[in-house]
Amino acid sequence: MLKDFFYKKKKYATLTLEEDKKTPSPSVSKNHEKPQDTSHDKIKDSRINPRKRIQAIIDKDTFIEYDSDVESSNPLDFPDYGDKLKKAIEASGEKEAVITGEGAIDGEKVVICVMNPNFMMGSMGSVVGEKITRAIERALDKRLPLIIFTASGGARMQEGILSLMQMAKTSQALGRLAEEGILYISVLTDPTTGGVTASFAMLGDIILAEPGTLICFAGPRVIEQTIKEKLPEGFQRAEFLLEKGFVDKIVKPEDMKSVLAQIIKLHSRDGGIHE
Amino acid sequence: MSKVLEFEKPIIELRKQIAELRKFSEENKLDLSHEIYVLVRKVKQMERQIYENLSPWQRVSIARWQERPTSLDYIERLIDNFIEFHGDRYYGDDRAIIGGIGSFEGRAVTVIGHQKGKNTKENLEMNFGMPNPEGYRKALRLMKQAEKFNRPIITFIDTPGAYCGLGAEERGQGEAIALNLLEMSRLKTPIIAIIIGEGGSGGALALGVGDRVGMLENSIYSVISPEGLASILWKDASRAEEGARVMRLTAQDLLDLKIIDNIIKEARGGAHKDYDFTANKIKSYISKSLEELKGLDRDELLANRYKKFRNMGIWK
Repeated sequence: MLKDFFYKKKKYATLTLEEDKKTPSPSVSKNHEKPQDTSHDKIKDSRINPRKRIQAIIDKDTFIEYDSDVESSNPLDFPDYGDKLKKAIEASGEKEAVITGEGAIDGEKVVICVMNPNFMMGSMGSVVGEKITRAIERALDKRLPLIIFTASGGARMQEGILSLMQMAKTSQALGRLAEEGILYISVLTDPTTGGVTASFAMLGDIILAEPGTLICFAGPRVIEQTIKEKLPEGFQRAEFLLEKGFVDKIVKPEDMKSVLAQIIKLHSRDGGIHE
Repeated sequence: MSKVLEFEKPIIELRKQIAELRKFSEENKLDLSHEIYVLVRKVKQMERQIYENLSPWQRVSIARWQERPTSLDYIERLIDNFIEFHGDRYYGDDRAIIGGIGSFEGRAVTVIGHQKGKNTKENLEMNFGMPNPEGYRKALRLMKQAEKFNRPIITFIDTPGAYCGLGAEERGQGEAIALNLLEMSRLKTPIIAIIIGEGGSGGALALGVGDRVGMLENSIYSVISPEGLASILWKDASRAEEGARVMRLTAQDLLDLKIIDNIIKEARGGAHKDYDFTANKIKSYISKSLEELKGLDRDELLANRYKKFRNMGIWK
């Protein structure tokens, strides 16, 4: 059993992404005694900025952003939350942890949401839930395929129960989309965890994942504390989920646009790919 | 009762003193009725003072109290001819979730609840009420069955959270919860969800997408445990009490935030003081809710359920 994990790891988890080749991080190369962390650090380093991601996926000059003015408040008057938000906004130049909008992929119109793991760890509070729900509802109104790039540390604890409820809010909207037969592709990027995994991330008609992505409900540290054991290597990585049957396909970032285009075209009304 | 909650100790102490005084007065044929009267008044005042001003952390301890009634205790009191059904049909039977059918006031219903044990042996069997994916899948199977046979669904929520284990992750804990959220939102039958103890995060919500969501007055419902919050945000799990205060997890908080519809009264000092009293309050709540929902056609029912969760969240 354990051997399997090592093998898998060799095959996938040490895979070098394009960006790593250009900028090898010194901390990564030094860290020989912890191969597991090393490979994940690489993945962490190669996390793609959501604006760049949109540029890479959406055809030039077709992106129209939705709801860019929706901003978080501090609904529970949670200590220090206001400051944390302010810092995240300043550091990222974004107002929240998700960008939503519509645009074209190889000429096919889609609604797209891209989460930002660097904005308060991509945590989901009221605004993330609301923006994603609105995007789903727009996909429904316009009858456009929906793509969500997930990346999240989970629920935003500073919004307490309100953030928990975003799981129900987004999932029920996806229920409506499903009833109308509209395609939803979720793309799991590093890290996809907690409340986001237990809601829209796992509800795609088709679930794609980037190589090495951490995908889990409970994070590795929480599990290690619960079971008081070290986790096997490769546990909760995209490759592991593929093996366990929870992911349709692993797609490298550089291939993402063409794979998405291929899937969307196969779902277009005439169901064919015409070159 | 062998064990007492920490904040009840002054009450227990005073009651003991009164009992001793009574005994002393009888044994020595002394008239201490005035002294006893004063102490009895004092203890009643103390009870009022303590029980009517419970802090969030005190409610956390009541919600988790070993003797607190569980799903099964309410099922025994509210549901006639209950038959438990087992298994998710894919992997196994999760004892942390109990489910089955029975009749409530003469009407067939499906009942599903998290199930905690009353002692260590039971808790090991039931994994302390922390379900694995197969528990959620069993719940979903029974809910679909309820829809098929047009039975209302009653859920009892009482879990520290979905289990954080190796197998749970391997078998798709996230997927199981997510699917329940989606499916519950469109089940064409009334759903009444009641938080009876701990409403621990996604593992609780996975049984919580109801047309009516009621909450026992000393139960809690939160995105993470107070200990978890304190350890993640402040790197100090011992600040859980403070966590409980700032995260707003009491029934009153959740009513104010429009997350729940109603608060259901418990016996004074907590549901464990009088199982029947609390069960009766739950009974009236279910009865009233079913009556209200009966008049709605399915489209209205689903539209209202959608709207209810759609409106949750606060921003600028």
